[in-house]
Amino acid sequence: MALLEVRNLTVEFATTSGTFRAVDGFDLSLDPGDVTAIVGESGSGKSVAFLAVMGLLPWTATITSDVMMFDGTDLNGLSPARRRQIIGKDMSMIFQEPMTSLNPCFTVGFQIKEALRIHLGMNRSERHARAIELFEQVGIPAPETRLRSFPHQMSGGMNQRVMIAMAIACKPKLLIADEPTTALDVTIQAQILELLTSLQEETGMALVLITHDMGVVAETAEQVSVQYAGQKVEQQDVRALFSTPHHPYTAALLAALPERAVSKHLPTIPGVVPGQFDRPDGCLFSPRCQFATDLCRTQPAPVATPELGYSRCHYPINLPVEEVV
Amino acid sequence: MLNFLLSRLLTFIPTFIGVTLISFSFIRVLPGDPIIVMAGERGMSEERYAALREQFGFDRPLISQYWDYMTGVLQGDLGNSFVTKKPVFDEFFTLFPATLELSICAMLFALLLGLPAGVIAAIHRGKFFDRTLMSTALIGYSMPIFWWALMLIIVFSGMLGWTPVSGRMSLMFYFDDVTGFMLIDSLLSGQKGAFASAVQHLILPTIVLGTIPLAVIARQTRSAMLEVLSEDYIRTAKAKGLPPSRVTYIHALRNALIPVVTVIGLLVGTLLAGAILTESIFSWPGIGKWMVDSIFRRDYPVVQGGLLLIAVMVMIVNLTVDVLYGFINPKIRKS
Repeated sequence: MALLEVRNLTVEFATTSGTFRAVDGFDLSLDPGDVTAIVGESGSGKSVAFLAVMGLLPWTATITSDVMMFDGTDLNGLSPARRRQIIGKDMSMIFQEPMTSLNPCFTVGFQIKEALRIHLGMNRSERHARAIELFEQVGIPAPETRLRSFPHQMSGGMNQRVMIAMAIACKPKLLIADEPTTALDVTIQAQILELLTSLQEETGMALVLITHDMGVVAETAEQVSVQYAGQKVEQQDVRALFSTPHHPYTAALLAALPERAVSKHLPTIPGVVPGQFDRPDGCLFSPRCQFATDLCRTQPAPVATPELGYSRCHYPINLPVEEVV
Repeated sequence: MLNFLLSRLLTFIPTFIGVTLISFSFIRVLPGDPIIVMAGERGMSEERYAALREQFGFDRPLISQYWDYMTGVLQGDLGNSFVTKKPVFDEFFTLFPATLELSICAMLFALLLGLPAGVIAAIHRGKFFDRTLMSTALIGYSMPIFWWALMLIIVFSGMLGWTPVSGRMSLMFYFDDVTGFMLIDSLLSGQKGAFASAVQHLILPTIVLGTIPLAVIARQTRSAMLEVLSEDYIRTAKAKGLPPSRVTYIHALRNALIPVVTVIGLLVGTLLAGAILTESIFSWPGIGKWMVDSIFRRDYPVVQGGLLLIAVMVMIVNLTVDVLYGFINPKIRKS
């Protein structure tokens, strides 16, 4: 049975100028122990989809979905109190900005032990022992003294380690990492990714890595789902995606990697992700797509077969040889 | 911490000198002559007037009068009142507990209502409670204190008869000052009903004096909470699965208190200024009423000394607030 099953998730925000659809028909199926990357540009709705799964969106958001099951629990229509028993325990999340994601008024020790008390009901000495164990697990030196530190006394990398320790404190079945390395130095980025993957191997939890960095995807994930303007446009195994992308958007993203550049100028994708007012009628990528036809501009694209990576495109590229013939 | 305290105390020196200069010149700028006021309607002869002027030193240049005054101040002598002949210092500390008691009650009233009101308004932003509260706060802030006091007296003392109109204690009770705080002294006296009478006398002045601080604190708490509630660490706290009450009152309020404490420090000045009006209206025998009476009597030493002592009180309170900061905001404590 899938650990997390999401089908046709849509998130709309009520704004003063009408509703804005941030996530449009998001699908995901995760088995225990899976490592999946969700890739997309800023504004593609990748963070919002998972904030919806966690139940962390503000009240201005309207969330609808056909299926939203986590570990046998239906998240749709779950009471907030029941939801709180799941999040932070079986399903937890870390965020982009470690420096602002920790409360500046409390020691990191307090912030870690809090979850242990609420979810596991540990007593004071048990909490302290577990917090030290967690700090050692995420590679924070001198845990005894570090527990008494405030977030501003530590570096961004250390704070992200604290966030990770906090997220894995109750041995979750699923860890969602929302751009965990974006705000960090390149050297620290590698360390944090390494820590995440090694923790995943150690504990067997499922890991969702939300990122816009294809390099991060290549290093860590097994499955990749590419998001564009709130829709999933392609989903494949990581090797297959890098070798034979089926959606023009994926291909364009890969072509923009410096490592893959063949010409002197790095290829880019012209334009930006459509916002609230410039949403095209047909395929959402059509205004920026080099292969777009009139069909693309008028008709929404269908979702292709699993063999074609569920590619949401009228004309998937890199077709298997026999089909071309 | 010690360095911090010392450097803050050093900045007190210019403020202190400034206050003495202002209070000294302010009372002398007012039209009216203290000696004429002392004589009252009877008037006095030219010779007597000249003799009194010489006795009080008003015939000498202002600069030398200021020098004498400052020499006294630095030796802890604020002079004697023209009217009662008692040392200003003693009078101030006899009356100060009354003002302090009223101010503390007004501040507690403002905090106990203002903090939760601001928090609840922030949580229900844009809804009915929020809008009602914020417009009420605006009215409370802009309302003239004396008018508000008169309205309350008319309704609660006049029409309903629930509270006394003025004073600190019913005439039925008499006991000696121990602490100067009527609430404590009435309990210590052991007289039945004395404490209740003290409370009854406090209610209206407390509400009147606390109204502006209440409005300011409620609005400040609301805006600080709104800002904090959209911070990343609040999302983290929610992501941990903490109950909303814990997220609001522990994770958010602690951070929101930082700007609120600043405002509270500034409000102490407002409170003492408000005390002057409130005490006059309710005949509350505190330093506010004392200052007003002294200004009418042109009692120079009292006005100078009283203003100076009030300014020192405000400075001490602000220093306390700065120290408090460190406890609330760890970032300041360590740096």
